Amino acid sequence: MEQVKTQEIAAPGHVHRRRWLTRDRLTALLMIAPSAIAIAVFVYGFIGWTGYISLTKWASITPDYTFVGFKNYVDIFNTGRFQTDIRNTIVFTAFFLVGCLALGLLLAMLIDSHVKGEAIFRSIYIFPMSLSFIVTGVAWLWIFTPGNYPTDPTGINLLLHRIGLDFLQSAFITDTRVVPGWYPDWARTKIGVPLAMIPVVIAAIWQMSGFTMAMYLAGLRGISEEIKEAARVDGASEWQVFRHVILPLLQPVTLSAVIILGHISLKIFDLILTMTHGGPGNATDVPGTFMYEITFKANQIARGAAVAIVMLLLVAVLIVPYLIYNARTEVEQ
Amino acid sequence: MTTIASSRPAGHQRPRVLLYALMIAIAAFYLLPVYLLVITSLKSFEEVSLSRMWDLPSGLYFQSFQRAWEVMGRSFLNSVQLVIPATVISCLLGSMNGYILSKWRFPGSEVLFTLILFGMFIPYQSVLIPLVRVLSTIGLYGSIGGLVLTHVVYGIPITTLIFRNYYVGVPTELVEAGKIDGADFFGIYQHIMFPLSIPGFVVVAIWQFTSIWNEFLFGLIITNAPEKVPVTVALQNLSGSQYTQWNVQMAGALLVALPTLLVYIFLGRYFLRGLLAGSLKG
Repeated sequence: MEQVKTQEIAAPGHVHRRRWLTRDRLTALLMIAPSAIAIAVFVYGFIGWTGYISLTKWASITPDYTFVGFKNYVDIFNTGRFQTDIRNTIVFTAFFLVGCLALGLLLAMLIDSHVKGEAIFRSIYIFPMSLSFIVTGVAWLWIFTPGNYPTDPTGINLLLHRIGLDFLQSAFITDTRVVPGWYPDWARTKIGVPLAMIPVVIAAIWQMSGFTMAMYLAGLRGISEEIKEAARVDGASEWQVFRHVILPLLQPVTLSAVIILGHISLKIFDLILTMTHGGPGNATDVPGTFMYEITFKANQIARGAAVAIVMLLLVAVLIVPYLIYNARTEVEQ
Repeated sequence: MTTIASSRPAGHQRPRVLLYALMIAIAAFYLLPVYLLVITSLKSFEEVSLSRMWDLPSGLYFQSFQRAWEVMGRSFLNSVQLVIPATVISCLLGSMNGYILSKWRFPGSEVLFTLILFGMFIPYQSVLIPLVRVLSTIGLYGSIGGLVLTHVVYGIPITTLIFRNYYVGVPTELVEAGKIDGADFFGIYQHIMFPLSIPGFVVVAIWQFTSIWNEFLFGLIITNAPEKVPVTVALQNLSGSQYTQWNVQMAGALLVALPTLLVYIFLGRYFLRGLLAGSLKG
């Protein structure tokens, strides 16, 4: 940091040292001011405001700023629904991350192996990124609507029936089971994987894996052929080259992908709303849908604010170290 | 593994075939929802039945699109009215910010940049309640203007990031040369930076167009009247209603998808660059 400052100040040369604030520099400061103020108000100010609301009693259309401390946080963490939401967020994030990274890396390796029609395949894998989660949700909703199977199946169940794999039919987005579904005394929700979440995760992976592929592909193209060849000459098998040369070099890409995908999954809202509305029961409910309903449907503003702040903290834990790390390396360059 | 590698002359073809088979199978997975959307939208109302949902239509019928347009046409135009000004303003702001943060750095400008970037990642739930209050106060709640403002403000981080990374690549010597020739802050921008950054503008415009068109949460919260909602909210309402036939929902989904899909098909290269710019440095 110090280094940069001295460089910056020294740059204009000795003549201007005493007059750093030239007309042009003043113009620059004035031109960036609106954006800086907008971010200060709309991001930091509003977050502070929401944080304050979360400590109040406000629970109707009219604001009530009576201070109640952390009561709303204690309340939401003690409700079964919010505990379910946390469970669901963890499940969704885990499956979504693993799915996108694995499929993305596989696709990048496939595309990178000099196939014919590379551009066509790549376009097909990435196009879902250009769609709205709502569009994705509508399409996959019908694919995963089970129908009255086995007699009258629809969607995937119908396809499975056509190819004689009836035993694979499932309730999909209407499945109420949680596996393994532990229910310890201290919890107000069953612990495990809610099966109805799997179809939603598949739709999300469908949408975002192409993006992961694009990131990995950019990373793979940056690895020189010589390094791989050198490993092969040393007697490494293709698997060893992958495991000990390619994968470690892709680590920064994986980190970026985890950050991007992770913050998307912690915020997921649209897709859930369209595909399941959080159901069946609360099997696929997430903090995003919970916050929306209690704030804008039930007017429990302060509690909604508390949920929002929990969401923000979850994202911040992931993002802030990354941003600071990024800023540091930037300065080193 | 080693056997495949060492027996290349004879065994080369088989893994290649497997490779293509795998890639085509995965491509089928990606195209499955599109297939369903397209064939369902093209069926006649009489033909639509869940038990034949995977079958091809007997002919081409556009009734579903007609019906979907009747329900969603208004909101489609709302989205057009929203996305154009929001994208244009976003581009201008982002470009100016990027220019300053790369070529007119000041003490604390790196910190400011990081603080701006954080705005890109926040869950918007954490600003919604104050946002609604403020927009109501200034009379923009429930209007397309309010949505434009919202998208412009929360678009500042990503547009600034892309432009800044773009301008960092422009040699500082060009700026210095401009200064020596007597160009001021705006002169350098207008005659040097702006002409060089047309591809940057394309990338950012496509990025903002796609994200604003596809955005749902702000639209849902900020517009309350049915005649003001953007198209994603209209589609969600359509899909949630029990009374709408599902072929109309599918046609509606295609309508919503069409603009961004066209952009992707014709300008995919730039779309991808925006995608990667949001995640990778420089």
